Parts: sequence; C-alpha cells; structure tokens
Amino acid sequence: MSDIDRELRVSKIRNGTVIDHLAAGHALNVLAILGIDGSGGESVSIGMNVPSDKLAKKDIVKVEDRELSESEVDVLSVISPEATINIVREYDVIEKKRIDRPEYVDGVLACPNRNCITNDEEPIHTRFAVLDDGLRCDYCGEIVREDEVPAHLDVA
Amino acid sequence: MRQDHLISATQLSRADIEAVLDRAAEIDADPSAWQGRHEGSILGLCFFEPSTRTRMSFDTAMKRLGGRTIDMGAVESSSVKKGETLADTMRVLEGYADALVLRHPSEGSAKMATEFVDVPLINAGDGAGQHPTQTLLDLYTMRQNVGLDDVTVGIMGDLKYGRTVHSLASALTNFDTRQHFVSPESLRLPRSVRYDLHESGAQVREHTALDDVLSELDILYVTRIQRERFPDENEYLKVAGEYQISADDLRAAKDSLTVMHPLPRVDEIAPDVDHTAHATYFEQAHNGVPVRMALLDMLLSEGEDE
Ligand SMILES: [Zn+2]
Repeated sequence: MSDIDRELRVSKIRNGTVIDHLAAGHALNVLAILGIDGSGGESVSIGMNVPSDKLAKKDIVKVEDRELSESEVDVLSVISPEATINIVREYDVIEKKRIDRPEYVDGVLACPNRNCITNDEEPIHTRFAVLDDGLRCDYCGEIVREDEVPAHLDVA
Repeated sequence: MRQDHLISATQLSRADIEAVLDRAAEIDADPSAWQGRHEGSILGLCFFEPSTRTRMSFDTAMKRLGGRTIDMGAVESSSVKKGETLADTMRVLEGYADALVLRHPSEGSAKMATEFVDVPLINAGDGAGQHPTQTLLDLYTMRQNVGLDDVTVGIMGDLKYGRTVHSLASALTNFDTRQHFVSPESLRLPRSVRYDLHESGAQVREHTALDDVLSELDILYVTRIQRERFPDENEYLKVAGEYQISADDLRAAKDSLTVMHPLPRVDEIAPDVDHTAHATYFEQAHNGVPVRMALLDMLLSEGEDE
C-alpha cells in the first residue's frame, strides 16, 4: 500500500493544517494543544495508529481553516519532536516544516505546581525552559517530564 | 554583585557569595563605620505572610545603615485582601522605596515581581521555593565556625517544603562540601532541587535516619517538620519524633559538630542541646543583621560611585 492510499484513510482538507508523523497516541493531545474539543465547530480528521515507514505507527491530525501559533508549535515539538506540519491551500501542501525544539515554551501549558505564582490571578503567562527530557517552570522551577506534558495542557 | 535582584540562591556564584560574606565580616568588625551610609534611603518591606524575625532583621539592618523602612502592614487590612494582584501592588510600592523585600506564599512570586519593578528586589521567601538571604547568613555562620570547603553537611527535617533547605543546598554546590539529606521518605528533596544538585555535580546522599551519618558530620542543619504536612496527628507524631535531637543523641557526633537551625524551632532540638558547644543557632540568627546589611549595602550602592 502506498503512502497516498494510507493518507486517504483520513479525508483530504481544502485549507488548513496537517500535523503528520505524530508519535502514536498524541493525536488527542494535539487537539488539546489546539484547544479543539468539537464545540467550536471546526472540521477535524484524525488518524490513529496509522502504519508509517518513518515511525512504526503514527498519528495524523488534519484541521480545516486553522494554523498553529508559535507557542502551539513549541509545545508540539516537546511532546512529539518527529512531527511535521503541512500548511494546505486549495488541497495542495504549500509549506511543509519540521519543527525545532525551542529553548522556551510560552503559554499553552499550566504549571503543575498548584502553589506556583502562574496559577494565581496575575497578569503573566507561563513560561517553561526546555530541558533534554522535559520542561522547567521559569517561575517556580518545577520540572515536568516529557511524558507528563500532555496532562498539563492549559485548555478548558 | 552583578545582579540587581536577589531571587534565588541558584543565581549566586561562589564569588558573589564570598563578596557578601566578606562585606558582612567587615560590618561585623566595626558596625559603627556603616552607620549613616545609606541615610535617606528607604526600604519597602512587603510581607504577604506573617514573619517576625526576617522582617525585623531587615528592618534593623536598614536602620543600622542609616536608612528607613516602610512596611505595608498586615495583609488582612491591605488592598491585597480586596483582590489586587501582586503585580499591581509591587508596581505601586516601587514608587515609594529604593529597594523592596518580598515575602509571599506562592513559589515564583519574587521572580514574577522583578518583571514589574526596576528597584532592587530581595526574595525573603516565596512559598516552598527559595529564601536566599537566610542562606547567606547560614553560609556566613558556617564559614565562621567550620569553613565552607572540605566540610560534611547534614541537612535534616522537611526537605520537600523547606525553602531554606532548597536555597542552602544549591548554594553549597559552589563549595567543596559533601551533602547528606536526612528526612522521612515523604519529605525528601523535590525533583527540581534534586535536578539542580545533579546538574552541578554535587556529592549528595539521602538517608532516612540521622544515625547513618551523624558521626561524619561537621555541620548538622535541622529544620522543622510541620504538622500540616501530614494527613493525621498520629503519623505526624511518629515521624517527627524520629527527627528530633537531644544532647544525648549528639554523643555519637564529633565534638566539633556545629548544629544550626533557621528558627523558630518547636521541639526538633531539645533545650538541653542549647547548653552544649554544638549549639550555634542563636549566633546564626544574630548573623542575619550584618549579612542583610552587607547585601542591602551592595544592592543600594549599585550604580553609585563607590
Ligand atoms: Zn511554576
């Protein structure tokens, strides 16, 4: 089966973003990063555990009429560094990018330390330094291991 | 010091620490020479948590330098109770003072406050985070009694929530010290402090019983285990009892052992220890004034011609 056939399992989108080569199991985390829970009416397709040459199994997420902010890409890079982001216009991929591991991740994640100042009603956003195997709150120093990151996505 | 603020002991290099301790020693030797040095300067004391001794120690230090202090008073009667953010409070107070001291119950509060103020800001305790001025006076006391290199330090008690422990442990990595941490399993060092110690290549060992290391120690730093850290009274009493020391317990220690405590103590050091040569905690408390004078002098002199 060719790559094209596999892709067909997930419907094509006209305009929007395809997040591909996600480590298996992260599709729903990507929706959480994007703050998509279905209530906003977005058109979203998800493929989970799709066979892949690059990864043993991958997830893929396609979102119609939506691009990712820099912070969203940063968080994505931490939970699934192999992911690629394809921007689609009129059914064509007009831009394909690998993601770089950032030095910092701003916003998007909540600090798991409930006593952290970022969890008080203060006029600041969270900021995490990116370590080799996790993230560290720039305010309280709390360390979030990579596998714990999805649990702390700051979404409603 | 190169920094304008003192937020965490992790920001301090060996040279930074030694500069403060050297200045403190000069002050200790001739306190009257420093009287009036910062006449006209005002220090703002912003304590969002009750504290008697840290607040009084800063108050005394500033006044001994000839400066004055203003105090926002009890949180209960202030605008904070009316829902004002810390960011707003600090932006207002910086207009009243030449430097600010902040104690706040949330971790990272001092770091955040520096994003909103331009005057030097000193962290006097942020939740279970850091308490770097306590650490400077601890190091000063250690240096005077046993030195800071080639020493074996035991730190015992609540290592998880104890901010004085977190600051001290990271500051000690600047020196040639062996650190032993003694605590109940549930109050071990938090992951973030453990990470820093590991990154610094510090020699660290953890124990659940003081007996395992007592005889090796040059310094024993005791901290309080608080009742509210335990789900029930019985468990607390059982656990806390294992981390209390008496003069009798210290017979197994070196004669030269220095026993320290950030105070206030409750029952973790029995009063009979006070009469032994080990007891150093009251001297330690007194050192708060010259060390904070040194720090304030350095922060307030930033940018001035010296
Ligand atoms: Zn935090």
